[in-house]
Amino acid sequence: MAKAKSEFSVIGKSLPRVDAGDKCTGRTKYADDLRLPRMVYGKILPSIHPHALIKKIDVSRAEKLPGVLGVITGRDLPIQFGIMPTSQDEHALALDRVRYVGEPVVAVAALDEETAEEALLLIDVQYEPLKAVMSLEDAINIKEPRIHDYGPEGNLHKIVSIDFGDVDGGFGEADHIREDVYFYQGNTHLPMEQHSAVASWNPSEEKMTIWSATQTPHYVHRALAKVLELPDHKIRVVAAPVGGGFGGKDDPFSHEICACKLSMLIGRPIKITLTREEVFYAHRGRHPVLMWVKTGVTKDGKITAMHFKSFLDGGAYGSYGPASIYYTGALQTVTYKIPNYRFQAIRAFTNKPACGPKRAHGTPQPRFAIERQLDRLAEDLKLDPIAIRQKNMTGPNHVTVNWLKINSNGSKECTEEVLKASGWKTKFGKLPKGKGIGFALSTYICGAGLPIYWNELPQSEVQIQVDRSGLVTAFSGAIDIGQGSNTVLASLVAEVLGLYQTDVSLVTADTDLTPIDLGTYSSRVTMMMGHAAIDAAMKVREPIFEAAAEEMDVSIEKLEARDRVIFDKENPENKLSFKDAAQLAEAKFGPIGAVGSYKPAPKIGQYKGSGVGPSPAYSFSTCVAEVDCDAETGEVKVEKIWIAHDIGRALNPLSVIGQVEGSVYMGLGEVLMEEQDFRKNLHKIPSLLDYKSLTFKEMPPVETILVETDEPNGPFGAKEAGQGPLSPVIPAVANAVYNALGIHIDEIPITPEKVLKALEEKKKGNPPRVGPKGIPSYNFPEPVKVEVPAEWKR
Amino acid sequence: MFYTGAVGTAKTKGGLLESQKTLITLQINGERYEVAVTVNKTLLEILREDLDLTGTKHGCEVGECGTCTVLINDQPILSCLTLGVEIQGQKITTIEGLEQNGKLHPIQQAFIELQAAQCGYCTPGMLLSSKALLDENKNPSQDEIKEALSGNLCRCTGYWKIIEAVELTASRLGASKE
Repeated sequence: MAKAKSEFSVIGKSLPRVDAGDKCTGRTKYADDLRLPRMVYGKILPSIHPHALIKKIDVSRAEKLPGVLGVITGRDLPIQFGIMPTSQDEHALALDRVRYVGEPVVAVAALDEETAEEALLLIDVQYEPLKAVMSLEDAINIKEPRIHDYGPEGNLHKIVSIDFGDVDGGFGEADHIREDVYFYQGNTHLPMEQHSAVASWNPSEEKMTIWSATQTPHYVHRALAKVLELPDHKIRVVAAPVGGGFGGKDDPFSHEICACKLSMLIGRPIKITLTREEVFYAHRGRHPVLMWVKTGVTKDGKITAMHFKSFLDGGAYGSYGPASIYYTGALQTVTYKIPNYRFQAIRAFTNKPACGPKRAHGTPQPRFAIERQLDRLAEDLKLDPIAIRQKNMTGPNHVTVNWLKINSNGSKECTEEVLKASGWKTKFGKLPKGKGIGFALSTYICGAGLPIYWNELPQSEVQIQVDRSGLVTAFSGAIDIGQGSNTVLASLVAEVLGLYQTDVSLVTADTDLTPIDLGTYSSRVTMMMGHAAIDAAMKVREPIFEAAAEEMDVSIEKLEARDRVIFDKENPENKLSFKDAAQLAEAKFGPIGAVGSYKPAPKIGQYKGSGVGPSPAYSFSTCVAEVDCDAETGEVKVEKIWIAHDIGRALNPLSVIGQVEGSVYMGLGEVLMEEQDFRKNLHKIPSLLDYKSLTFKEMPPVETILVETDEPNGPFGAKEAGQGPLSPVIPAVANAVYNALGIHIDEIPITPEKVLKALEEKKKGNPPRVGPKGIPSYNFPEPVKVEVPAEWKR
Repeated sequence: MFYTGAVGTAKTKGGLLESQKTLITLQINGERYEVAVTVNKTLLEILREDLDLTGTKHGCEVGECGTCTVLINDQPILSCLTLGVEIQGQKITTIEGLEQNGKLHPIQQAFIELQAAQCGYCTPGMLLSSKALLDENKNPSQDEIKEALSGNLCRCTGYWKIIEAVELTASRLGASKE
């Protein structure tokens, strides 16, 4: 499969996306654009208490309102669900207890939305309020009432305590040790499209069909089967084109289940679309994480040991939390060689909307802490901040102390490129007062090695059907949420079969019609669907090449396909059109089609928690941020971002740049302004106006450099682009702010208020810092000692 | 809306608005539509629910994100804040009307070529705001583009590909007139 760049005919070119025409003409049908005959509308009554027992629900007045067709409560949907096998803790509608303001309690179906809204006002819910647990400290200190009756103790959801190597010995070898505390505020995905689902129950077939704005149709399918108690094959989940996800549409949601249940009850199709405010409460966004990191280094900057503690405020439900907690500790070792590593973490339940996976799931928080601390370590040791990183960077073909296998690794090249492009050497330490420059490195997985629920099945499958017209149709369960997976699918099939990208017709994300893809999360789609597509295309090509070889009287090994022609590489005049070859093959073998699949190699670590972190490959990104800070107003203006990303191979360079620029944009929002904050148990700012995000005016210029390292495990050498480039932006800006003003903002986001406060402290002669004072006192259990890989044995 | 009112208190509208539907005439994309609406029905709702012109999207329905932008008399407005009854007889352009006789507007072509649309959800509003800018200003500077589009939020692209698409379109339109 190894080919030189010039030999590819489709990939490596910045072809337009296959769905761009529809998206630019208003033809794309998102979930809320769908309307079925006799369709009605649903609305959901949310809890007004953060934590309360439900004593009584009276829906009788709502039921009598003209135009109301059906009302359901938790009693109608008593079976619990959740995205992970270990977090089956949600009800579609609260059963006996509400756990956050905004939690769905009652769902109503009515002829129109206005009537449904009016019906909600007629519902009487009697609550018995319970003490609300609203912060990490609360969760650790308040043992009763418990938000859930599972978890190790009180309001703790999960505890991790694990050692790799001789951590105490490692600190003993250090010439210098630092301990720092950081806080990363939670924030939310804010997709422009609100969640929406249309459900249609067919009573004669006893079959449910749902069209939903979801990133994970397969997991929605599983949750619906469980909660509705329907056989799998009696449920069809179609993921409509998703108007932005970023992880916010990765869980099965209440409104999806309620729409199905109401449709079964009333025998008509129903649509439920969330309001913007409801989307803020549905959340599943970035966990607020408090972090303590202790790192030991030799005097020339070599890391000897690291002890990392993270405290995650998980919100009211488990969601992806069992993975999130491990992700705050798993990838530290992938960027830098850490010979001895202790990771301890708590995920706590609080009476707030559940946190979950947001772009770069669980990793921007520790990345912020580590990259900030490396700058401090460099300063302590009077080393260059780049030099200390280069001293510790991992390289290709490396196994980390926690058993993660890195193949290609462009971190060194990315560093060189981004320093060169930004003119780092002429700027660092040489900029006028108020201006600063900062650097950071990060990494991300290209697909989680393990599926969310344990199984031996492929994680992605693609089917290809060749028509005698020469048309090729590819069927895949993958859902394009804007990242471009449809284009990746078409381009890979076209590349293998020697067709144009536009010759490949797609059927995607429909559980009745398409084979499984687990979903759009963990940057897995290009890697896994990509391999499945290549596998299927290679199988489809076989009989076509065989028939062509016979017709052309040449051996099959000499054939090559490109530009819709199959030809003899040694004598290109001896050729056949793809269409003719496909017809010959069909005449000889019958209909031409094939299925392909992909499953990552098994993980190599064998310890509790080793399921989070393994990936077929790791992307690497470096970022330089240049800032201009106003000491009067505290405003941080990011003047420019330079970012280099190790993409393995860019299947479509313009698409990759789009993912990188989008990641930079979202990272800047997180570092400068975005926060999911609560006041008096309510979301402080559940609107697009008050939840600050960057507009055209705040977005600085971005210079993107793609570094190609030809990943051996990647489809044609490709790695991920959609998530990794977000992470280095945040610490790069924070480091630049320190460089500009000599202040440490150890708490994300870096708002003008915090900058002014730190400047004031500086003026007073206090430590010029804003950030958490410490961590909650908590005695972690004795770390589990994991045997380290041979190369790390001492 | 749910978190401010007292739950359990009925505030019925008693079907009052339903009985007060008005027949209005709208000029959309060069076509005439007659539609019976209540006085409080927004243009966004009329387009999407009564006329099946679902190319116009919504992100907040309270005038904060620019997603529902359409053109009225060639000026960008937020259809979620505009009542149907107040715009009778005015020229309304939606995303469905940007393409003429199957031919894309140059701004659409540029968005496609430069991948200025990712999830595509903000794209109709972006395209219409961009068209309105280019109709008024044949050669906008980057600052003018940012100013004109700053009311339209996008969470995918980081905005630069959209700016580049507007610039490319301006240069093409300029070149075609020379």
